[in-house]
Amino acid sequence: MTVLGWLQIAIILALVVVAALPLGGYMARLYAGERTFLTPVLGPLERGLYRMAGVDPAREQGALAYTLAMLAFNAAGFALLYAILRLQGVLPLNPLGFSALSPDLAFNTAVSFVTNTNWQSYAGETTMSLFSQMAGLTVQNFLSAATGLALAVALVRAFARSNAPGVGNFFVDMTRSVLYVLLPLAIVTGLAQVWMGVPQTLDATVTATTVEGARQTLAMGPVASQIAIKQLGTNGGGFFNVNAAHPFENPNPLSNALEIWQMLVVSAALVFAFGRLVGDRRQARALVAVVAIILVAGVAVTYWAEAAGTPSLIAAGIDPAGGNMEGKEVRFGLAASALFAAVTTGLSDGAVNAMHGSFTPIGGLVPMFLIQLGEILPGGVGSGLYGLLVMAVIAVFVAGLMVGRTPEYLGKKIEAKEVKMAILAILILPTAILGFSAVAAVLPDALAGLGNAGPHGLSEILYAYSSAAGNNGSAFGGLSANSPWWNTTLGLAMLLGRFAYIVPMMAIAGSLAAKTRLAASSGTFPTHGLLFVGLLVGVILILGGLQFFPALALGPIAEQVQMLAGKTF
Amino acid sequence: MSTPSQAKTGSAFASPELIGRALRDAVLKLNPAILMRNPVIFVTEIVAALVTVIFVRDLIAGNPLAFTGQIMAWLWFTVLFANFAEAIAEGRGRAQADSLRKARTDAVAKRLRDPAVHEGAEAVSALDLKVGDHVLVEAGDLIPGDGEIVAGIASVNEAAITGESAPVIRESGGDRSAVTGGTTVISDWIVVRITAAPGSSFLDRMIALVEGAERQKTPNELALSILLVGMTLIFLIAVVSLAGLGRYAAADVPVPVLVALLVTLIPTTIGGLLSAIGIAGMDRLIRHNVLAMSGRAVEAAGDVDTLLLDKTGTITFGNRMATEIIPVPGVSERDAARIAVEASLADETAEGRSILALAREKFGITADADGLAGASFVPFTAATRLSGVDVGSRRIRKGAVDAVKRFVQSVDPRATTGIAAFDAAVEKIARSGGTPLGLAEDGRLLGVIHLKDVVKPDIKERFAELRRMGIRTVMVTGDNPVTAAAIASEAGVDDFIAEATPQDKLAYIRTEQRHGRLVAMCGDGTNDAPALAQADVGVAMQSGTQAAREAGNMVDLDSDPTKLIEIVGIGKQLLMTRGALTTFSIANDVAKYFAIIPALFIAAIPELGLLNVMGLHSPQSAILSAVIFNALIIIALIPLALRGVAYRAQPAAQVLGRNLALYGGGGVILPFIGIKLIDLAVSALGLA
Repeated sequence: MTVLGWLQIAIILALVVVAALPLGGYMARLYAGERTFLTPVLGPLERGLYRMAGVDPAREQGALAYTLAMLAFNAAGFALLYAILRLQGVLPLNPLGFSALSPDLAFNTAVSFVTNTNWQSYAGETTMSLFSQMAGLTVQNFLSAATGLALAVALVRAFARSNAPGVGNFFVDMTRSVLYVLLPLAIVTGLAQVWMGVPQTLDATVTATTVEGARQTLAMGPVASQIAIKQLGTNGGGFFNVNAAHPFENPNPLSNALEIWQMLVVSAALVFAFGRLVGDRRQARALVAVVAIILVAGVAVTYWAEAAGTPSLIAAGIDPAGGNMEGKEVRFGLAASALFAAVTTGLSDGAVNAMHGSFTPIGGLVPMFLIQLGEILPGGVGSGLYGLLVMAVIAVFVAGLMVGRTPEYLGKKIEAKEVKMAILAILILPTAILGFSAVAAVLPDALAGLGNAGPHGLSEILYAYSSAAGNNGSAFGGLSANSPWWNTTLGLAMLLGRFAYIVPMMAIAGSLAAKTRLAASSGTFPTHGLLFVGLLVGVILILGGLQFFPALALGPIAEQVQMLAGKTF
Repeated sequence: MSTPSQAKTGSAFASPELIGRALRDAVLKLNPAILMRNPVIFVTEIVAALVTVIFVRDLIAGNPLAFTGQIMAWLWFTVLFANFAEAIAEGRGRAQADSLRKARTDAVAKRLRDPAVHEGAEAVSALDLKVGDHVLVEAGDLIPGDGEIVAGIASVNEAAITGESAPVIRESGGDRSAVTGGTTVISDWIVVRITAAPGSSFLDRMIALVEGAERQKTPNELALSILLVGMTLIFLIAVVSLAGLGRYAAADVPVPVLVALLVTLIPTTIGGLLSAIGIAGMDRLIRHNVLAMSGRAVEAAGDVDTLLLDKTGTITFGNRMATEIIPVPGVSERDAARIAVEASLADETAEGRSILALAREKFGITADADGLAGASFVPFTAATRLSGVDVGSRRIRKGAVDAVKRFVQSVDPRATTGIAAFDAAVEKIARSGGTPLGLAEDGRLLGVIHLKDVVKPDIKERFAELRRMGIRTVMVTGDNPVTAAAIASEAGVDDFIAEATPQDKLAYIRTEQRHGRLVAMCGDGTNDAPALAQADVGVAMQSGTQAAREAGNMVDLDSDPTKLIEIVGIGKQLLMTRGALTTFSIANDVAKYFAIIPALFIAAIPELGLLNVMGLHSPQSAILSAVIFNALIIIALIPLALRGVAYRAQPAAQVLGRNLALYGGGGVILPFIGIKLIDLAVSALGLA
């Protein structure tokens, strides 16, 4: 580890906070229905869209109607994307003449992009036509992120309102998220990426002469427009197979910093917006502190593990000061790779600029564990905040009793209904991850896809299901997942991780919105101080740890202790 | 106040016979149909049965038995210990119910055909009484059922219910007309209209409550149970999935070991103690002579934000006392006091006594009735609003300020001496919230006696304590706003309602609730009933009317309005105990993982021995120690569950910090030590 490396990490994180604060204020005004500086420009367009769709923006929906609208909208999005992928061969903008995707791959990919996961069982440059990339995948990058934002805003409203029948209007929240938040940010930062060297063209290839004089055909296309939103919307699905490690997706350290910033900024801003919407910014600061503590700890452990290298590398005569550079891009180095890995997994983005499977076992454990904690650090756009709030509800319920009152969070009593729904929600992750992994670990069909034996192979399995159920989308390398078993089960894990979580979460929103918001007093459990920050960090780590420790012990932890004993696979 | 039930508080937490009965009950509770109500322990029982089956299979197959046998035994102990905790909590309530049951009678009642005609009462069994029947109860009779007095007045011994042996007066009309079945009339007679059918009387309900027969899960308990079921499911998934993941790693784990892991991880500690905590909380309330009609009310008490307290009896002693005598110029304080004593000699009211007490304490003047031989006393009447004494030609009067002035002018129409000073003193006393009492002799004003509502000595600290806990106190009084404000500031309440009518109380409660605050109040009159029903916690006084008792969700048998503060404390302590043990239970799992996980896989992956941070003797002893710890901790925590965690009046942040460190931090650390010690014992004894 170097001072320079840490400085790089600190500057990027500071830039995120600096931008997220005003963006949060802007988003709070937007979702409260107030005027913003973009309203004069986008207002007419927004109203036009409502008229076209026949949506009455003033009509509030209850939590159930809101959820059903969201499910219907996403089902339609899935059907459209599935059709595009299956009909790719006959659709336009297919200069390289790629054929249709197989049913299981199309299912997996469509689910993957609708659920904001962006798990990719395919290599973009050899599978997807430009039409599929633009009209299929990029569109879903926007819509899945906007869905997350809308749901989070609905939950925040449920806390902020008192005795309210409704939580907002899904179509309005969707439209505003795309129009006022994601599109402007994507256009501005996408152009910046073009300037940094990311291609944006309808040409599918470029021919280059290499240093040795050989001619080489390089794949390209409308890259910038897709990767801007893939990062901003924490989608993570790369244009190219190797994702943000590809020079066209992420040409230099500056673009790398921008991509990390893009991943974090909307999720972080949403937390600040939450503070404003519930009328207590200290609440947001506490959540930001929780996220920062776990995320920085994750970065630190990964950075330390990678910088320490491995005994075999040192035995092979590699300079120990170089650390473990396997699977990393020299142009980014250890610090930026560690930061990228922690952020992309803490955030459910899933873009990678280095191969997590090639990290040291502990370095690889961190990204996996960050996903298993529920993608709440600060998590996917929207989904992170609502996940974090569900964890806060659990933490408040467990420890809040200790102050001698019925637990309440943000003035809303946490009672049987909320606990039941919160439990249903947090059960999803262990069920999907451990359930599928346990089956895959003994199923020959599944094991055939593994790239490594021993604990590392188990890590590949665990990581794949964690990534899918957590709607992250990154892979551990080594696993060849384009087979019916993996495509289907990973697709199911993604659906469970997204929608089976959302339904109980929205039930909580409906129940909370209808409750009276209680006044705070010095007898109220304080949820803005250091004590609560410590408590929430503890609950997140212990709950996550308790669920996954046995599995991790057999995967990365076993690999680490065996590596230290000089045993490799 | 000493009551039989309170006296019990000091005794040890359980007598040997109580423990004996609880041990029997613990075995009876193994019945799965009963245990199903407690999902965590039910799961433990199922897996214990599973291990038993494996044990029997091994027994038949002739496999080694020692390890499986010990695991099996400790799993059953875990279930039994949890059952024991519940049984002992129930047992303590049952002991109380037995003493109450003695008061329930099938006495003979004197039923009247016409409540106005006392002759020709028909003797019927109390059990045959119907609602609406009128019965005559005379001195020495047991009151056959709950009812309302329609005629007569009597002193009643309510010791059977309240434990208080001093008799109380019950009379028709007004706020003291309710009588309770099982109490005894000790003088005079009353005619009672029965208001509760036999079997659903107050006493019956009380017995059912203390026995826990009507016990249903309270809202918060229900929510916590759901959390525990959820935790159990999560660990079930984590453990069952190990079957597959372990096979991949060539680390097949035997079923008893997986079961051991499961049982140590699921929250058996809080699961086993949860219902005991709830029963003990109700029990604590009963020991304070308060009956909660539902567990929900006890929990609500912990959530209360605003306390509505009646001034009289709660904040002040209830009767005004003389605290000062302000003479007009030209009269010495001592002379004024002496004359005040003369005026009060025959005054048997508390106010009159307090004037004598003041003169005695301050000036050493003792009442000397002999010096007033031949004096004729003038009693107070509502018309004159004066009282006093005529000694020879001296006419001494004290009374309402304007009445005294009128008296002086009637003697000497031109009397003006001291009138300015007199008025000034009256003004000063009124402003301070006191009641001025004029004092005059013939045509001369002598001074003003300051009668004051004396605020109870410790009440200000108690209110400060409540404020630290975030609870607002509101004083309710019939006094005028000036007086009310003065007393409010002296007592340190946060707000007051002056000249309060029952409607004002109701309106105040509704406003508070609209602002998202929970309100507690106590009351006894029929006109309190709407407010009692509206309040989140309504404590009716046992001495109050039937209507009040039915409107409230708690009844205070001591009829002590100050009790409200204790009730809030009991509610908070109940919730705190649950939270503390839940946190402790979950925090325990960290150490259990470090004991069991390395032991689980060490055969397949020897390097995982690195995780054996406690240096446990062997995989088997590690697993066994964790299971033993898990079982013993339930027993160890029973006293805490029954007693409740330490409760102090502090702001939530401080309470949380302290409890989090104690039960969260302690919950992480303690099992590391405990399991290590048990492991040392297990390996020393050669058990594994």
